[in-house]
Amino acid sequence: MMDRWLLKGGWVADPEMGWNGRMDARVQEGRIVEIGEHLMPELGETVIDCEGLWVLPGLIDVHVHLREPGQAYKEDLETGGHAAAAGGFTHVCCMPNTRPALDSPALLREIARRAEQVSPSRVSVVAALTVGMEGEQLCDYNALQAAGAVAFSDDAFPIQSAAVMRRAMRWCAELKMPVVTHCEDQSLTESGSMNEGIVSAMMGVKGMPAVAEDLQIARNGLLAMELGCRLHVQHLSTAMGLRLIQFFRSLENALSGEPIAERTHAYRVPLISCEASPHHLLLTDQACDQFRTEAKMNPPLRTEEDRRFLSDHLLTDIDCVATDHAPHAAFEKERAFGDAPLGIVGLETALGCILTWGLQRNQPLNALQVARLMSQQPARLFHLPGGTLKPGNPADITLINPQATWKVQPEQFRTKGRSTPFAGWELTGQTVATFVGGRRVYERA
Amino acid sequence: MPHLLSARDDAFPALILRAEHVHHALQNHTFASSPVFAGKTIALLFYEPSTRTRVAFESAAHHLGLHPITINAQSSSIVKGESIRDTVQTLCSEGMDALVIRHPREGASEVAAHYASVPVLNAGDGSHEHPTQALTDRLTLQLAWGDLKGRKIAIVGDVAHSRVARSNVWSLTQAGMEVWLCAPPTLLPPSFAGVKTTSCLSEALEGADAVMTLRMQNERMEGGLLPGLGAYVRDYQINASNLRYANPDCLILHPGPINRGVEIDDETANSAQSLILKQVQHGLAARITALEFALNGV
Repeated sequence: MMDRWLLKGGWVADPEMGWNGRMDARVQEGRIVEIGEHLMPELGETVIDCEGLWVLPGLIDVHVHLREPGQAYKEDLETGGHAAAAGGFTHVCCMPNTRPALDSPALLREIARRAEQVSPSRVSVVAALTVGMEGEQLCDYNALQAAGAVAFSDDAFPIQSAAVMRRAMRWCAELKMPVVTHCEDQSLTESGSMNEGIVSAMMGVKGMPAVAEDLQIARNGLLAMELGCRLHVQHLSTAMGLRLIQFFRSLENALSGEPIAERTHAYRVPLISCEASPHHLLLTDQACDQFRTEAKMNPPLRTEEDRRFLSDHLLTDIDCVATDHAPHAAFEKERAFGDAPLGIVGLETALGCILTWGLQRNQPLNALQVARLMSQQPARLFHLPGGTLKPGNPADITLINPQATWKVQPEQFRTKGRSTPFAGWELTGQTVATFVGGRRVYERA
Repeated sequence: MPHLLSARDDAFPALILRAEHVHHALQNHTFASSPVFAGKTIALLFYEPSTRTRVAFESAAHHLGLHPITINAQSSSIVKGESIRDTVQTLCSEGMDALVIRHPREGASEVAAHYASVPVLNAGDGSHEHPTQALTDRLTLQLAWGDLKGRKIAIVGDVAHSRVARSNVWSLTQAGMEVWLCAPPTLLPPSFAGVKTTSCLSEALEGADAVMTLRMQNERMEGGLLPGLGAYVRDYQINASNLRYANPDCLILHPGPINRGVEIDDETANSAQSLILKQVQHGLAARITALEFALNGV
């Protein structure tokens, strides 16, 4: 028994189909069957008045930590999946730094089975690049791909050896699988807790310099160019990091002799793509003042110069927004700054943060821009279904009220994590309902 | 809650005035503790070894008629992995009236203050701050000069890892001094609000009215931050030869413990211009003042 819906009078934005206007959407048998103006209700349909709402292809977050297996006290597939749905995400990609690491086909199948049972949102796995994420032994990429891995990553344990990364990329290039990297030269960041700069100097806290990130972006970018491997750079935090990405793009275009693809509805996946997280677009290392562990994550919050450079290029050079949702238990975040773990939650605040970011810049984001950054482009980058409302596709849809103002109250989150630097913020833009495969998995009370 | 976590705290300037008063009363043997302190108990929570700070706080507690209970990390539940929150809340439940905390992590005293139901005094948190040492040093300079305004001080040594340097930056700039931080490039923050930084000792000492030299820890050499002890001594040791750049009556301070022959030579440490032992002595007045503030709110 599948639900039948008619989403009426909303603003439909779908960059892939070139839709951007007031239209109705019909959902039957779990699929989108029709998008058009003035659709008439049919028998058995539930009509939802979407006046004033955006009707977007379901949001996709390619960077979350769901902590299963092994650290369910921080998060599990059920709580993480519900947090995703509440944040408007119909599909998330979980990172492999679990215990044990997601480096075997059996574990991937177990995650898929569990997610199917308990998570309202779709969950794909980004599998480990090396066995145990130890940065030495290559994983069985062929078997992991067959078991459903959508990409391979060293997130949280960046591969230090260029030789190992080169071998991994050589293999993944052959499989046409994206290599997803957390860029950090750890010889420069050892025992660091925040950005190295004026604020860390005043706090006496060991810093993690921006150049540690830039170095590995450069290294991984050069390797990707050499091998023709799809590289996705996670959570850019530095201005120089983005400049390097821009450089690689111009190099790619110069070498291929093709003009840079216009970013209209045809989105061409670049060889080297990148994501930005809402916290790096909204905050700087000043947020760490008074040793606030809810501002401690990796890569760390950087300077205003970095924040502004990323912001100025979000719509032109950054491929997608991803949360790096990294929940930890409250008792872990209550430790002294240097002893607290790295990471904050983000699934339930990302949409509001991004829309609020636009308002803060006096350049409110429109529905099409949000659909690109949070649905279409992440889908294409990771070869995921979705990212479009094309009839015939599974009905993964997010209804958004772009005007709604709400206060961030972590105690009301669905995630087990509570640590966010946005606690108490007034955000504008809120998920009203989330549909996955035609099922309404979240509805704002 | 009258916590003292940083020399940036609003209460800090008022504490200087009080410390001077306490100092004179101690000198004249007229110091009398208020009866409100009688029977109160404070916990001295030391996650890191300390001699002078611990002794000064214990002695200050006795002067005030308080019962100090010293807890060393090695001999408590802390070695069993108890969190700061739980330790602090336990001590508050045990009826402590104030907590003094020394911890190897920056911001630990802020965590303690967040969970404590009684005042918390920071007795040094990692490389962050050591406000009662800054109070001691400020008192020492105040007693020597009366007015600090416009005077130049060079703080020389492992600035990057020094909580004493950080607290003194706030305290001494607030007093209107010209503060210079001087260290080898690898131990010098690239910039620091409100002060001048240099790796050139003669520039830092040029016309200085006071120099505070910091302990150079051996770990820094082993950690590859410095080429070696010999090179450090050659370029950064405070001695008669370098002091020729400073004012002739330049005062010498050191928060201790001293590595004689490393950051300072014997002759300079023992010289008439050295206030090093005075600093130790003034540490008592500073801690009495801090405890009074915490328990009484001044």
